[in-house]
Amino acid sequence: MPIFARTYKVLFAAVDQLNDELPLKLRLTKTPETVILGSGGKLDSLSIVSFLMLAEQMLENEFNFPVGLADERAMSQERSPFRTLSTMADYIGQLLKEKGETISAQPVEPSLPVPARESAGT
Amino acid sequence: MIGCSRSACEFVHPNYRHFNLDICDDKAVEKMFAQIRADDQGLDILINNAGIGSMNHALMTPTSTVARVMNTNVVATFQMCREAGKIMSRNKFGRIVNFATVATPLQLEGEAIYAASKAAVISLTQILGRELAPFGITVNAVGPTPIRTDLIAAVPEQKLEALLSRQAFPRFGEFSDVSNVIDFFVRPESAFITGQTIFLGGVS
Repeated sequence: MPIFARTYKVLFAAVDQLNDELPLKLRLTKTPETVILGSGGKLDSLSIVSFLMLAEQMLENEFNFPVGLADERAMSQERSPFRTLSTMADYIGQLLKEKGETISAQPVEPSLPVPARESAGT
Repeated sequence: MIGCSRSACEFVHPNYRHFNLDICDDKAVEKMFAQIRADDQGLDILINNAGIGSMNHALMTPTSTVARVMNTNVVATFQMCREAGKIMSRNKFGRIVNFATVATPLQLEGEAIYAASKAAVISLTQILGRELAPFGITVNAVGPTPIRTDLIAAVPEQKLEALLSRQAFPRFGEFSDVSNVIDFFVRPESAFITGQTIFLGGVS
């Protein structure tokens, strides 16, 4: 499975887990356009932190090495890479590409279709 | 139980695992926590006891010493709290105990940088206590008096005696005095206590 699809699979799984802890009206949908941070978002600051931590842990499990999302570069960008699931996926793809590590984890089939797009090399 | 230090561990126990690393090496610390995440179900307690001192007059203290003390006592403490907090948050439970010092409230001359670094630890403890409370994690600190360790080996005896005389109980601390406070903070019954610093010896 392409890296980009695996990244979406992880982000959607993180959304599922976060949704378990959220009241119905605050639950997130699993689309690339789903807003995480900023205008139009439903999450409070604590839920955003929880989501980013979940995503970090799940990315580590998927790709078998730590993927630190909240690094200085992410925090200093004019447009946050955490605005939507789509911008997050792009940013994670960039991080994975730069890591240049062997991605060894074997993915399982995703429960939802993911955008057919490849943005990060292996 | 897991521990880490720059030097090798001097004992072996079936329930103890040791990491050899410098806590100022952020990559090594991240790698250690990645290993803990991979190997263990979670992390319940973090005791942040690593620290270094600098006993010197401010006018004779090099900037490089200031950076080294701040890096070990503040930056590394923060990083340990952050990485441990990420793991603890998964189980919605955690106990973090940081190390302060009586040098801060006593405003000890000759310990400006050490006391300032530990003042930062007290502030970190208070704010992290609030930030991590929603995840079921408490963050507290113990502020020991001088204890006969390497940290004070170079301090003149006369200066130590003067320091002890400012305590309500004018004696050196024992390891058991410190572990008693730690035991109190990490007890399940202490779930309602966070952001606090307990100084030993009657210093406040």
